[in-house]
Amino acid sequence: MVTGRMDILRFATAGSVDDGKSTLIGRLLYDSKAIFEDQLEAVERTSRDRGDEYTDLALLTDGLRAEREQGITIDVAYRYFATPRRKFIIADTPGHIQYTRNMVTGASTADLAIVLVDARKGLLEQSRRHAFLVSLLRVPHLVLCVNKMDLVDYDQQVFEQIKDEFTAFATKLNVPDLTFVPMSALHGDNVVSRSDNMAWYDGPPLLHHLENLHIASDRNLVDVRFPVQYVVRPQSNAHHDYRGYAGQVAAGVLKPGDEVMHLPSGLTSRIAGIDTFNGTVDEAFPPMSVILRLEDDIDVSRGDMICRPHNAPTVAQDVEAMVSWMTPERTLRPRAKLAIKHTTSTARALVRDLQYRLDVNTLHRDEAATELRLNEIGRVSLRVTKPLFCDEYARNRTTGGFILIDEATNTTVGAGMIVGTE
Amino acid sequence: MLRSDYLLSQLDVLEAESIHVFREVAAEFERPVLLFSGGKDSCVMLRIAEKAFWPARIPFPVMHVDTGHNFPEVIEFRDHRVGELGVRLVVASVQESIDSGRVVEEKGRSASRNRLQTTTLLDALEEGRNDAVFGGARRDEEKARAKERVFSFRDEFGQWDPKNQRPELWSLYNTRIQPGEHIRVFPLSNWTELDVWQYIEREDMEIPSIYFAHTRNVFERDGLLLADGPYVSRSDDEPVFEATVRYRTVGDMTCTGAVESKAGTVEDIITEIAATRVTERGQTRADDKTSEAAMEDRKREGYF
Repeated sequence: MVTGRMDILRFATAGSVDDGKSTLIGRLLYDSKAIFEDQLEAVERTSRDRGDEYTDLALLTDGLRAEREQGITIDVAYRYFATPRRKFIIADTPGHIQYTRNMVTGASTADLAIVLVDARKGLLEQSRRHAFLVSLLRVPHLVLCVNKMDLVDYDQQVFEQIKDEFTAFATKLNVPDLTFVPMSALHGDNVVSRSDNMAWYDGPPLLHHLENLHIASDRNLVDVRFPVQYVVRPQSNAHHDYRGYAGQVAAGVLKPGDEVMHLPSGLTSRIAGIDTFNGTVDEAFPPMSVILRLEDDIDVSRGDMICRPHNAPTVAQDVEAMVSWMTPERTLRPRAKLAIKHTTSTARALVRDLQYRLDVNTLHRDEAATELRLNEIGRVSLRVTKPLFCDEYARNRTTGGFILIDEATNTTVGAGMIVGTE
Repeated sequence: MLRSDYLLSQLDVLEAESIHVFREVAAEFERPVLLFSGGKDSCVMLRIAEKAFWPARIPFPVMHVDTGHNFPEVIEFRDHRVGELGVRLVVASVQESIDSGRVVEEKGRSASRNRLQTTTLLDALEEGRNDAVFGGARRDEEKARAKERVFSFRDEFGQWDPKNQRPELWSLYNTRIQPGEHIRVFPLSNWTELDVWQYIEREDMEIPSIYFAHTRNVFERDGLLLADGPYVSRSDDEPVFEATVRYRTVGDMTCTGAVESKAGTVEDIITEIAATRVTERGQTRADDKTSEAAMEDRKREGYF
């Protein structure tokens, strides 16, 4: 029975059916009773009708007709399960290079990423790519699951070799927390319960790690960032003079009486109160959605930022960012004009320069590149029509991330992570 | 709330995200509308809308797509709740769509107005020139829904193209559309059935009485317990019997099945849900049993 104190862990999984990703997810869902009998029956029926020799658990996660027909995962699927301690949200993303954008999407909100490696094959180009994307998106925790250990006779040497090789590779990345789990998802070794076949492994099984991982410190509780989302003015007799600034706390802790600064004006005031439907609160911190009231009458509107006077975000119109390009319809080239959405602010951006394109497999920087195509990632200089109140993405995923939108088709064409400003 | 260590419970986090979604829509769209069926998910959605804009009123109307085959308890609840919140109610009537020739009533034993609702809904949205439409769908409900965005684009025909969805990163939602197009917004995307019930319990929310155990005349069809009533054509080999049941989902009387249950309180329901081995749609919805891709196909056409 799932009650009481429970928090949320979001994790992304990358890989293809070959890595045993679907088997792993299937097992986590099934063992935590998040897969129901009718879902399993439907999958068994479909597998049987197709003439599969065994029940294809990938059918549980491949939700779209095209995916089932082609036997591939195209899009990010969100899956849910819970244990008494935690609710888990899985962003299940496809692993092939042509779906890099989907993996970037899934990783953008993840606290943890699972990268799967087939013990027989060792580290592949795709494992390195997955780890790089996890690092680029600043997912704070990475678990490398060395799967199919049953097919290498649960040999510790195989595991240690992959672990050493990956550890060496990870030094080039920004991965603050790296964990290795040898497992067989098919047989359940080290997924939910500890494996008797690998007595040499002294770490916890995967689910135990997921359940107990400390994630509270991943949030930035130091740098107060409150992007103003919506101005609440009731215009009713009961709340005649009420004027509150609604938003979701991006970072830091806000308290009534705190001195705050408003951007873009630079004016300072104090927090008169922090309101919610359930009453006033003594503190607001991420990811709470609250309403701030200020002591002074300042002209505050959507897209503005409330911070502390001596700890403000950078105010910049020229930003440097790593951009992941997400559309087949056009390429990103210098001189391109796009709409940009950053926190609660929308503006236009001009691509001033493409500094390099990054080979996501080798991390090689191609400075001769003239454009970014679908699924490519590069470092880009942008000029924005109005100042952004931003931080480096490494410091704050909310104030450091943005999306780019094509102004003609209105589709989201790119995702950016700020690495610097001018 | 767990303030001392700056931790929030899963319900607080989900609520905060949903509030963020509501405010984003109110800030960026001109004519949002909230689809309210009287079901538990739309009750939670309306509750969070109330919280998102408090102390102001909810700044958009509520729409009910009325098939004419509703449970009377649900209509009563709808009117009560709308009155309490002081929001405008728009009723989009499937009967009117039938009378005006926009749709043709299905015939036969399993005739239902489920699919007809799509036309009624899209006509009403066009008439209201609505650019954003809140729905209570959750991703854990069904596998086509598992792939849907929180802000889900619909073209000028109201269609969903699952292969051509906008990437959705962080909590940055792309709200741009052309006139005639709209965005379906799902504030409860990341909630599970259990989260919804735990929230109803925590908030001490009112919900329609049919969610709780009661005695009702039912008959069995295709493994579902359907209510014996005026809108369902029942054959002689489908005997009616009295049973103690409750509803796990609220839809049309014609296609929503009851489950045998003695759960009389929200706490009982939570215990029951935590132990169940069948999904709510699998247990209670005839409309999803048609094919593996029944939901995807209906969603493509513009269904909820």
